[in-house]
Amino acid sequence: MNAEQQYIDLYSQQRELIARRSAPIMNALRDEAFECFRQAGFPSRKVERYRYTDVAAAFAPDYGLNLSRLHIPVNPYDVFHCDVPNLSTSLYFVVNDQFHEQAQPKASLPEGVQVMSLLRAAQEFPELVGKYYGTQARARKDAVNALNTMLAQDGLFVYVPRGRAVERPIQVVNILRADVDLMVNRRLLVILEQGAQAKLLFCDHAIDDRKFLATQVSEVFVGENAHLELYELEETHAQTSRFSNMYVSQQAYSSAVIDSITLQNGLSRNRTDVSLCGEYSEVTLYGGVIADGQQRVDNNTLIDHRAACCQSRELYKYVLDGQAVGAFAGRVLVREGAQKSVSQETNANLCASRQARMYSQPMLEIYADDVKCSHGSTVGQLDEAALFYMRQRGIPEAEARLLLKFAFMGQVLDGIPMSSLRDRLHYLVEKRFRGGLGKCGGCQNALNCER
Amino acid sequence: MMEEKNSFVRQVAEKKYEYGFTTDVQTEIIEKGLSEEVVRLISAKKGEPDWLLQFRLNAFRYWQTLEPPTWGHLQMPEIDFQDISYYADPTRKKAEEGPKEIDPELMKTFDKLGIPLEERMALSGTAVDAVMDSVSVKTTFREKLQEQGIIFCSISEAVREHPDLVRQYLGSVVPYKDNFYAALNSAVFSDGSFVYIPRGVRCPMELSTYFRINARGTGQFERTLIVCDDNAYVSYLEGCTAPMRDENQLHAAIVEIVVMENAEVKYSTVQNWYPGDAQGKGGVLNLVTKRGHLRGANSRLSWTQVETGSAITWKYPSCVLSGEGSQAEFYSVAVTNNFQQADTGTKMIHIGRNTRSTIISKGISAGHSQNSYRGLVRVASTAEGARNYSSCDSLLLGSSCGAHTFPYMDVHNETAVVEHEATTSKISEDQLFYCNQRGISTEDAVGLIVNGYARDVINKLPMEFAVEAQKLLGVSLEGSVG
Repeated sequence: MNAEQQYIDLYSQQRELIARRSAPIMNALRDEAFECFRQAGFPSRKVERYRYTDVAAAFAPDYGLNLSRLHIPVNPYDVFHCDVPNLSTSLYFVVNDQFHEQAQPKASLPEGVQVMSLLRAAQEFPELVGKYYGTQARARKDAVNALNTMLAQDGLFVYVPRGRAVERPIQVVNILRADVDLMVNRRLLVILEQGAQAKLLFCDHAIDDRKFLATQVSEVFVGENAHLELYELEETHAQTSRFSNMYVSQQAYSSAVIDSITLQNGLSRNRTDVSLCGEYSEVTLYGGVIADGQQRVDNNTLIDHRAACCQSRELYKYVLDGQAVGAFAGRVLVREGAQKSVSQETNANLCASRQARMYSQPMLEIYADDVKCSHGSTVGQLDEAALFYMRQRGIPEAEARLLLKFAFMGQVLDGIPMSSLRDRLHYLVEKRFRGGLGKCGGCQNALNCER
Repeated sequence: MMEEKNSFVRQVAEKKYEYGFTTDVQTEIIEKGLSEEVVRLISAKKGEPDWLLQFRLNAFRYWQTLEPPTWGHLQMPEIDFQDISYYADPTRKKAEEGPKEIDPELMKTFDKLGIPLEERMALSGTAVDAVMDSVSVKTTFREKLQEQGIIFCSISEAVREHPDLVRQYLGSVVPYKDNFYAALNSAVFSDGSFVYIPRGVRCPMELSTYFRINARGTGQFERTLIVCDDNAYVSYLEGCTAPMRDENQLHAAIVEIVVMENAEVKYSTVQNWYPGDAQGKGGVLNLVTKRGHLRGANSRLSWTQVETGSAITWKYPSCVLSGEGSQAEFYSVAVTNNFQQADTGTKMIHIGRNTRSTIISKGISAGHSQNSYRGLVRVASTAEGARNYSSCDSLLLGSSCGAHTFPYMDVHNETAVVEHEATTSKISEDQLFYCNQRGISTEDAVGLIVNGYARDVINKLPMEFAVEAQKLLGVSLEGSVG
């Protein structure tokens, strides 16, 4: 049986069950998504965007799905102690794809701000959710969108109404937890209305020694003059495959910082698609990848300058060891009429072992003349002269290498505006380089497995 | 004032493509269409040995299984491969006529093109192989070159006179299975140049080929094979023009270069095929596969190209760096104006240890044109200490054109250092203002700035070509400012 067929069969047979446990707004798009998936199937590696990831192979194994929404017993506070020093957050949990209602932060959010289950939001605010849901992540654009739209039953909803600023960062911990190999389809909807401000921090963890396959489709709307900081930190394990598609649309004068850091994973394919729809909007994308063993990380970004006078910056850095495979494809598109666009894209990579592979593909596609666009990409190793200098001063070679790697990655972290998070990430990255486990410091209790 | 400016622009536009004449030479053209019979007919007309016929037939059969590639950033018109004549021979007035004599009309053509076929050669010191439509019409300076053991002749002659050499190397760098157009060319190639530089010989003059498509409804499928043996050196130039016709003409060539130990090859192209008119009608479809194999240790190959013509350019001169310490360079200026489209760049495949490659690419787009750089740098796991530096810049003149950069870097060795940088911008207003202030008109100022911008590449061309290339840059861009 080919990889597509099991999903086609699954949906054909379980259509009723999936819909019954979800909301009408989400159900409305399923059949169309199914049709798209049935026709197009999984993209082969000949499709430019999927050159570096074999999607069909990742989706081929037989995973279980929790379509009947059985409650998975878990006390997130038992398994997760992310006490980021000096980082006071409003902490929420999503277990697999279910919003954990029992564990809510004590401090309340500003009036009108919602952080809740997408399923509940679709029932309580059908107009609001209906206006945005599925408008950016079109099923016909991409197989992962189609599959997610067809199967996702729940997820997370974040809404910040006009003019509201949420000072305290909203931290969402996604926990993958199951007793069998599990596929999770999660959906995220983030809406910042005009002039709103918010900081979101997503931490991905897998706590069971099982195989996980997670698809996550996020639609993020940043209104006029709004400001969003969104951080994603992945610390799962070698048996986790993650396919994330994030669509961000920005209106005039808005700004966004989107940061994606992968420390531990199995296979990750992160697509970030930013549309600068309004004039004078700005976006900064940061990405950091530290990979060894058999880790595979494929970051694929598109920044679409649709309006004039927008700015984009992009910095992705990879440190690859062992047999890790890293891929970066960043496309900047400046459309006709998007004059005065400024774009800068940088991808720097360190390969530390013979078997590590790096694929880098920074692309510029420009249809307007009054622009300043540049990109740079490097693949190399640590500077021998710097190493020599340090050793001359009595720093052991291993330590010197570590310092240099850490400094190399530092550039990605230093750009993070939230200082407490920056410090925390410095700590995590250093720990990761020291070969220490790749788990968030707080998770030792739960993660006492051998890996 | 405005009117004056417009009239000037119009004048320029009218004179623009000065090689657009056709020559009334009697040409023998075979029926349009492509089939196994046509392949056999071409082979028979050239009196080829059986192995070459089999090579063609294999390529043809393989070609039939392929689809044209669509990955380029190009809007390619559909090509009807059955509506093209695959063989046109301007030298045959009548089939039964005796020894080949060059038609005086043909000589005039090459005179108009400024190609010195006879005595002028002695002054400029360049040996020329001129190819019109499908057939090589004249190769100069052969005897002189022969004294040193250098073989420079048309590939048809080489098949007859040096079959072992041709058989050994033909298809060894670009196999017929390489891609759609390579398979097509391998099936129907009609002529081209063959160069062999023996061991230790430094070729005393520039070798040059001039290509011209003349006959209507024909395609040109030439094939060039250059073999540079140990410690040898050669510099090779290629130029091309075509008449103005309002249909698209197909040009699908293959260039193969083999570079042995310590040898060096410089390959320069000034490509000025007819680009189509200002409305984007007609023009040559330039779909070319060029590749060099640096087999020997410390071998060197440099590609320099100035691409100003063609309605569509699809061309990636590549280097396979197998020899230890081999070095490859790629310098390119691609200019597109009106509705021209170019998707061009290079591939650097590092296989040997301590191999080095440099890529300098300058794109200039004006009018409604689309200009893309597409390049691959691959470092295999065996390429210890490989080094690559790529820089590609794009300049935009006008708000309706596009400039794109698609670099690929695949690094499979931890000791490799690969660097790539690219910028895209328009001509700095400060620079224009500075020139204007000093009494230089905007149009001249743009010319100056563009020439300065392309200098890194033009400096790499042999002198005679550099002058021509500079003029071409000017002509290609005239009328695009304002």
